[in-house]
Amino acid sequence: MSRYASIWFPYLLTEFAARKKPQLRDTVFVLASPQRGRMVIDSVSIQAAQKDIHPGMVVADCKAIFPELEILKSESGQTEKVLNALAEWCIGYTPLVSIDLPDGLILDINGCAHLWGGENKYLENIKLKLRGYGYTVRIAIADTVGTAWAMARFSNHEIVKPGMQYEVLQKLPPAALRIEAGILAKLRKLGLQRIENFMKMPPTVLRRRFGSSLSFRIAQALGSETEIIIPIKPVEPYQERLCSMEAIATATGISIALKKLLESLCIRFEAEGMGLRNGIFRAYRVDGNIQQIEIGTSRPSRNEAHLFKLFEHKIATLEPELGFEMFVLEAPKIELISSEQSAIWTSSSQNDKKVAELLDRIAVKTGMNAITRYLPAEHYWPERSMKQAVPLWEQPATAWRTDWMRPIHLLKLPEPVEVTATLPDYPPMLFRYKGKRYNVVKSDGPERIEQEWWLADGLYRDYYCVQDESGARYWLFRSGPYDTDHPKWFLHGFFA
Amino acid sequence: MEKQELAKQLQAKINAMQGLGKLSEASTASDLYPFTTAFPGHIFPTSAIHEFVSYEPADAASTSGFITALTGKFMKAGGLCLWIGNGRKVFPTALKHFGLQPDQIIFINAPKLKDVLWIIEEALKCEALTAVVGEICELGFTESRRFQLAAERSGIIGFVHRYRPKMENATACTTRWKITPLPATIEEGLPGVGHSLWNVELVKVKNGRPASWQVSFVDDHFHEQIEKQITLYTNHDRNAV
Repeated sequence: MSRYASIWFPYLLTEFAARKKPQLRDTVFVLASPQRGRMVIDSVSIQAAQKDIHPGMVVADCKAIFPELEILKSESGQTEKVLNALAEWCIGYTPLVSIDLPDGLILDINGCAHLWGGENKYLENIKLKLRGYGYTVRIAIADTVGTAWAMARFSNHEIVKPGMQYEVLQKLPPAALRIEAGILAKLRKLGLQRIENFMKMPPTVLRRRFGSSLSFRIAQALGSETEIIIPIKPVEPYQERLCSMEAIATATGISIALKKLLESLCIRFEAEGMGLRNGIFRAYRVDGNIQQIEIGTSRPSRNEAHLFKLFEHKIATLEPELGFEMFVLEAPKIELISSEQSAIWTSSSQNDKKVAELLDRIAVKTGMNAITRYLPAEHYWPERSMKQAVPLWEQPATAWRTDWMRPIHLLKLPEPVEVTATLPDYPPMLFRYKGKRYNVVKSDGPERIEQEWWLADGLYRDYYCVQDESGARYWLFRSGPYDTDHPKWFLHGFFA
Repeated sequence: MEKQELAKQLQAKINAMQGLGKLSEASTASDLYPFTTAFPGHIFPTSAIHEFVSYEPADAASTSGFITALTGKFMKAGGLCLWIGNGRKVFPTALKHFGLQPDQIIFINAPKLKDVLWIIEEALKCEALTAVVGEICELGFTESRRFQLAAERSGIIGFVHRYRPKMENATACTTRWKITPLPATIEEGLPGVGHSLWNVELVKVKNGRPASWQVSFVDDHFHEQIEKQITLYTNHDRNAV
């Protein structure tokens, strides 16, 4: 014989929102999302429910009923997230917890309740804790999932004694059987207001009129049909710890400890196909001081030797003084190592791995910001004609343009130069840069590049490629038109 | 005939020992003509360090262009290049003009000279790369020796661009180049500046003959300007006569 507990959270999402923002606790608020061009309420707070505001109503109508109503945007997928977190919390009460969408949990409490001194105390304990977190909960315990579900939602009777499902279900409305709205409507039309009205009918009759689901649900609630719940699997944190008998004060000792921890962590990564992206190595000193070193990798890795190398540079920063008594290695950020990730460029995946490891080692010295790769961006403005690849292995979406001459060295900021030009819109005859005079022999241009008004304000630039007597080429531009008295000229780059 | 073949192989082995790099497909290709003529066995040394020295901003730009063009020749079949420097000046958008896909390069910006040296050496040890370009000012003999050994072992080509060094000290690099821009030769009466033309000076080369060329890079190929220059001179001479 099994025992199940069903927990119902009537105001799950709103109470979760109030937990995040305590100032919402006593306000009338709803969570709404846009549907077919209007805002529709997804869930309401307990105060709003008292004002007769229910999920499914349109926000505009509710505003008319209650003008002070506060509206928050609901996030999709949040129910699953919150329920998952609650289910993980419930692991403390039973190892088998399952999520019951959209607003409940089901606990398989076989052999668990006596640890709390009976089902009554067990149930009270859960209720008290969840209420302490700010959730309104209804719980019921019964032999079957179906009965527990029905009692939690439709009755105040909390604990159904073993084998009593038939008796307690009789007085409940048909909705307590978890059946579809269509069947419910049919039942109402036929005047079957309570479960007792149709429970005794032979299953063949029910099946003919309402389909197989009704008799199946009744059988599930009574226990003649088994119902399987799918328990959640909590994720164990990626953490390894190592206690040492004697305090460790040498770099050699620390590296041995680190190697051991890495070994056991990498074995787990291997089994799960994961790789480390971010690792923290904590050392607990005898006097209670905790020190840590941190590393990051550019691509997920589970190569022990490589990870050790990354940590190795930083071991010297630890201050053992009297020695460390415990070491903990944690991987707060992990990622799946997938085969498609290894396809960068045309080289082999073995090569990619080597490059990634080299870049990780470099990143330890310089920081990840110092490593960049560029992709073409569809802009004419020189400073914006390329963008950084994020992540580093991103593939270019467009081709690099080669139709215009571009200087191989570009100054980060254009530097002002003094020029002499014969006529407006003519290339300069000579220009002075950093106190030196350059005579222009040949020139090409102008190439006008307009400022992209939707991105930034500013004048257009007329670019000239000019060549001096020695053959050196420079990229000059005049900022804006000639109609002002002194148009400004700048040097922006050097051609090869 | 067999003896000649044997001698050739032995010579290649000796070259490898002398830091002129191993034989490789790319280095024998005609892509790198005319520079191959200066090297023993007409083989452009890969798995070696090439040093470039420049003093003026324009010379530095030409040097960058020349390095890019050379790197592009080695990266034709894909691969990856690391461009290590302090304060990046190279404009990736322009690199495509010299036959190098800018997205095949990873730029690393390290402010400290010590870090730059360390990164160049680590990169040269990584066989997965095709080329490494380092932009540093000072390069001592010891460091250059380390680079050269790392490159010889891993088989990748290294370029070190020294901009305004205090002195041109002796290094263990296989070559030393100086690239300066030249006024382009364009047909009479045509406007514009034409294709860039470089004076490529091979100042030092192990076991080879230092030489200099006037080279332009057009349509993914080096073009030597020698004939045009000669005809120009001859015309001039004729006029003089």
